[in-house]
Amino acid sequence: MATGFLGRLRDRLGKTRTALVDNVRRVLGAGIRLDDAVWEELESVLIEADLGVNTVTQILDDMRKNAREKHIDNGETLIAVLKEELTLLLSPGDHSLHLHTESGPHVTLIAGVNGSGKTTTAGKIAAKLQRDGRKVLLGAADTFRAAAAEQLTIWSERAGVDIIKHQEGADPASVAFDVTDAGISRGADNIIIDTAGRLHNKLNLMNELKKIQRVIQRRIPDAPHEVLLVLDATTGQNGLQQARVFTEALNVTGIVLTKLDGTAKGGMVVAIQKELGIPIKLIGIGEGVDDLAPFNAAEFVEALFG
Amino acid sequence: MFESLTQKLDSAFRNLTGQGRLTEKNMKDGLQQIRVALLEADVNYKVVKKFVQEVQEKAEGLEVLKAVNPGHMVVKIVHDELIALMGAEHRPLARAQNKATIIMLVGLQGQGKTTTCGKLALMLKKKGHHPLLVGADVYRPAAIKQLEVVAGQAGAQFFSLGEHADPVDTCVMAQSEAQRLGCDTVILDTAGRLHVDDAMMAEVKRIAAQVKPHEILFVANAMTGQDAVRSAQQFHDALPLTGVVLTQTDGDARGGAALSLIEVTGCPIKFVGTGEKLDALEPFHPSRMADQILGMGDIVSLVEKAQEVVDAEKAVKFQQKVKKASWDLEDFLEQMQQVKKMGSMGDLLKKIPGMSKMMPDEQGMADAEKELKRTEAIILSMTHLERRKPKILNASRRRRVAAGSGTSIQQVNRTLKEFDKMKKMMKTVMKGPKGPKGLMRKMRMPSSPF
Repeated sequence: MATGFLGRLRDRLGKTRTALVDNVRRVLGAGIRLDDAVWEELESVLIEADLGVNTVTQILDDMRKNAREKHIDNGETLIAVLKEELTLLLSPGDHSLHLHTESGPHVTLIAGVNGSGKTTTAGKIAAKLQRDGRKVLLGAADTFRAAAAEQLTIWSERAGVDIIKHQEGADPASVAFDVTDAGISRGADNIIIDTAGRLHNKLNLMNELKKIQRVIQRRIPDAPHEVLLVLDATTGQNGLQQARVFTEALNVTGIVLTKLDGTAKGGMVVAIQKELGIPIKLIGIGEGVDDLAPFNAAEFVEALFG
Repeated sequence: MFESLTQKLDSAFRNLTGQGRLTEKNMKDGLQQIRVALLEADVNYKVVKKFVQEVQEKAEGLEVLKAVNPGHMVVKIVHDELIALMGAEHRPLARAQNKATIIMLVGLQGQGKTTTCGKLALMLKKKGHHPLLVGADVYRPAAIKQLEVVAGQAGAQFFSLGEHADPVDTCVMAQSEAQRLGCDTVILDTAGRLHVDDAMMAEVKRIAAQVKPHEILFVANAMTGQDAVRSAQQFHDALPLTGVVLTQTDGDARGGAALSLIEVTGCPIKFVGTGEKLDALEPFHPSRMADQILGMGDIVSLVEKAQEVVDAEKAVKFQQKVKKASWDLEDFLEQMQQVKKMGSMGDLLKKIPGMSKMMPDEQGMADAEKELKRTEAIILSMTHLERRKPKILNASRRRRVAAGSGTSIQQVNRTLKEFDKMKKMMKTVMKGPKGPKGLMRKMRMPSSPF
C-alpha cells in the first residue's frame, strides 16, 4: 500500500517514532547476544505497547522456546520472528468491511465507550460511502450527550448525506427504528447508526443497546450487517473487557481502533483478537474525513515496534 | 475501579500471610504478584519497576524487626508507598485574589473535558461561586454547542466567539466578559489534542501564556493504558500543569493510569469523574484510594456523600418519629428517595469495605434496584392518608394500589408486611441501649430493599 498508514504517520510524527526505533535497534540489533537484558527490553517494549502482561508473558515464553529450537542467537532475527508471530496472531478472521447487501439497505451500527471516537468514525464511513456513489443515511441514536446530534449533523453536511435525528433525551431505539424505516422508504444503500458512548459495566445502558439492535431487526431481520466496536488506542487492559461485554450484548463484527496517530500503540487488540477472535477492521489515524484506513496486520505489528 | 487490583494484591498477601516469617523467597513471589497486578492495572512499566523496588527495599529493611505477621507488614509498606506515590492529601482548586480565577482544561481527545467543565461549574455553583464556561474547541464539530448546553444544565454563564474565531482570542475575551457578567471563575474548555501535534500544542501554549490560568488541569480517563506517561509528560513539558482530573472512574478499569499520571506530572489528582451526570465529580483522596486498592473500602467518601444528601434536621426528626412509632410510609418513602439520591446501589455498595468482594453481580444489583423502584411505585400509588395510616388499606384499596403501581396485590401485601416488620424492629432497636449500632446489625434482613 503506497499510502499505507505507517508512511503517513511517519511523515506526521517523524521524530517521536524514530527515537523509539533507535532504542529498539540499539538493544535488539544485529550481533547482540540474547541475554536477560534483551528479553527484558523486549518485554518492556511489548508491555508499553499495551499488549498486557499476560499476553506478553505467553508470547515471550513461546519465543524463548522458539529461539532455543531454531538456534536464534541475535536480536535482529528474534525481532523478525516475533513480528511474524504477532502478524499471524492478528491475521485470523475477516478484516474487511462488507458494506453491501443484495437488496435493501445495509445497516452499520456503531458502539463503544464514551470518547472513543464513534461519531467521528460514523462521519468518516459516511463520507467514504458517499464518495463511492452510495446513498447514505446517518442515524443519530446518541440522544444523551449534549449536542451529540449536532456533531453528527455537521459530519452529515461535510459528507453530503441525510441524517435522521430526534430531540435530546429521546429513546435511542426510536431513532434506530426511524432511520431504518426511512432508509427503506428512501431506498438508501447504507444506514449508519451512531450510538451514545456507554461504559460496558452499566447494565441498563447495555440493555438499551440490545434494544436498538432488536428494533433494527424488526424492519430488517438480518441487520445490522456490520456492528463496529470503536476502541481508543490509548486504552489499556480494560479494552479486552470492553470487547468482551460489548460482544456479549451485540453481534460485534469488527473493531475500529481509533487515535493511532498519537504515540499509543493499541496493543490490547492482540489479546482481543487472541482471546475473543474479533477482527480489527479499521484504524483511525486523524480527525480528517480521510483519516480512516483498512487494518493491515503486518503494518500494525511494524508500528508496535516503531 | 481499583477493585480488581485490590483482589490481586489481596491474594498476593494472603499467600504471604500465614507463612509466619518473611523469607527472601516468599517475598519475591509476593512482589512478583504485585508487579503483575500493577501491570494488569495499566500502571506504566517503568513506574511499576520503581514502585516494586521501593517496596522491596523498605520490606527488606524492616525484616530485621522480625514482625509477627509478614503479610500485614508488606500490606502496610505497599499501602504507604501507594499513598506516597499518589501525593499529598486532597488539594482544593486554587483561587485568585481580587479577580476571577481562571481554570483551563487540557488533554487528549475524548477524555471528557467538556463534561468535566460542566461538572466543575456545577460544583462551584453549589459552593456559591459564579462560573463562566468558555468554549474554545473550534475543531470538534458542535463542541462549543455541547458546552453551551452543559453550561445551561449547570446553571452557569457561557461565552464563546464561535468556531470561526481564534481560540486564543476567545479565551482572552472571556476575561472581560467574566468581569461584565460578575463571574468569579472562568473555565476554559480547550480542544482535545495529541501531544505530538506541534501546531496544536503551540496553540494551547499561546492560550496559557495569554491568560495565565491559575489552574491547568490535565483531563485523562481511567481506562488509559501505558501511553498515559507519554502524553502526560509532553503536556507537562508544554504547560505548567497544576492538577489532573481522572474521568470515567465508574467503569471497571483498574485505573492504574492514576499512578502513572501522578508519577510523571508530579501533580495531584484533584478530582475524579464518577458518572455521566453533572453532579458526578468527587475530590480525589490519595489515602482513600490507597485504602481502596488494599481492600479497605472507601467508607469516608460514602459518609461524605451521605452528609451532603441527607438533611441533618430531617434525620433528627426521623429518629424521634421512630422512637414514638409514628414512623409511617410517608417517612419510608422519603428515606428511600434520599438513599436514591446518593447514587445507584452498586456505587454505594462498592464504597463499603469488604463489599467489593461479596457484591452481587450486575444482574443481582439491577434486581435489587428494580425491587426498590417497585416499592416506591407502590407507596406512590397510595393516598397521603393511606401512607400515614397503612391500616386503612383494605382489600379494595390494595387492589387499586396494585393497579396504580403496575404490581400485584401480593406484592403490595408483601411491601406492607415488610414495612410493618421494619417498623417494629426499628422501634425495639431505637429503645435498646445500643442505639443505632444495633440497628445496623438488625437491619440486614435479606428481603428488605435496604
